[in-house]
Amino acid sequence: MLKLRDGIVELYRKVATSLPPDIEEALKSALSSEEEGSSARAALAIILENTRLARETSRPLCQDTGVPVFYVQVPVGLSQLELRETILDATRLATVKVPLRPNAVDGITEKNSGDNTGTGFPIIYFEETSGSTLTIDLMLKGGGSENAGQTYRLPVSELNAARDLEGVRRCVIDAVQKAQGKGCPPYVIGVGIGAAKDQVTRLSKSQLMRKLNDTNKIAELAALESRLLQELNQLGIGPQGFGGKTTVLGVKIGVNHRHPASYFVDVSLSCWADRRGRLIW
Amino acid sequence: MVKTVDLTIPMTADEARSLRAGDMVSLSGSIVTGRDRIHKLLLEERISPGSLPFPLAGAVLYHCGPIMQKQDDGFRVVAAGPTTSQRLEMYEADLIRQYGLRGIMGKGGMGEQTREALKEQGCVYLHTIGGAAAYLADRVTKVLGVWKLEELGLAEAMWHLQVKDFPAMVTMDSLGNDLHRDLEADTLRKFTELIGK
Repeated sequence: MLKLRDGIVELYRKVATSLPPDIEEALKSALSSEEEGSSARAALAIILENTRLARETSRPLCQDTGVPVFYVQVPVGLSQLELRETILDATRLATVKVPLRPNAVDGITEKNSGDNTGTGFPIIYFEETSGSTLTIDLMLKGGGSENAGQTYRLPVSELNAARDLEGVRRCVIDAVQKAQGKGCPPYVIGVGIGAAKDQVTRLSKSQLMRKLNDTNKIAELAALESRLLQELNQLGIGPQGFGGKTTVLGVKIGVNHRHPASYFVDVSLSCWADRRGRLIW
Repeated sequence: MVKTVDLTIPMTADEARSLRAGDMVSLSGSIVTGRDRIHKLLLEERISPGSLPFPLAGAVLYHCGPIMQKQDDGFRVVAAGPTTSQRLEMYEADLIRQYGLRGIMGKGGMGEQTREALKEQGCVYLHTIGGAAAYLADRVTKVLGVWKLEELGLAEAMWHLQVKDFPAMVTMDSLGNDLHRDLEADTLRKFTELIGK
């Protein structure tokens, strides 16, 4: 699987050094909406200049190249064990070649593995698919915005958040209000609703893989996504927390069936550098 | 239009005290990096200022874990944006007092203990642009030295960097002004309106 390994190294390079076009476009239109001479506008101008510079010089646009998260759709018959080994090999190689910052730290000894591999690192999710195509999606998830995420167990009386979509809406607004400027806004917001803690955190993060113009197939959620986008931008946190009109570039919500006793809502924030990309093999 | 102040680092307490929240600044001179493990180590092991390979008096301490690349003639900074400063809140006030720092630079702002230390000692908090790592790396003109590289690794080590025209905004000053606290109060009003409390 030598060629696949090299393909994954290139995927790492592309995701670490360039922004997805939809995110870059959204940042450009954010810039023109902020006031002339404002610090919000100055911050966005530097962010866009940085994006151009990183792409042209093939350098990571953020020094935090994050936790790599892989979503792999595997055709029937392809070995997941071998794919995992290939991804680990590619990760070691990409750490040197891109380069990526070594981010895998042993929780007990505090020793950094030096190559971005370790127990549960990178995060790899496999799903078998009926097609014949191997699809590898990669997200590089920065630590600052990861720390800003929140999990809620509805109902939450302080927010007057009941077990319904209005309750979900309140949780999302609360999470962004709590995050303020700490996780590098403008943010992309992923929301997961469902029965179990592990499931909703995974679901909310996977929402960050959706393109900004991807409309939710569930009409109620599509409406909530666009309402929240508009409302969160009224908070006034702005780019970098400098105040301004653009706090959020997009809101994406996923839902699973829940248990009668449980209604979990997880909110994942991505920094403006929502670094994601796809390799089709 | 916000004004830009050119600052030469290291700086004096008077220079730090002359800065106001909202000032845009452009740093030239030398700065040091330090993130989670450097903060913990300096305080837990009671490292005396004199035993460090470079002086921290008057310095700007930059919350940054850069990507560095080893080359034949030393290290090159590949990417060097700020990390979230709030994680260092439990250490920073003591660090400012013990080492005579005049600037703390990072992103997202800090808390009350740091705010008090800025007032007491004559120091400022500088917010640079999160994620603008390639752009900011290009404002580093030379790697002057490194401390604890072997022990802490490339991202957590303390780097001594020469910079030119490094952009930031003063968001917490020595008078106790704090733009992060102000913003949170402003956003809270809108938040309360949105969730109808």
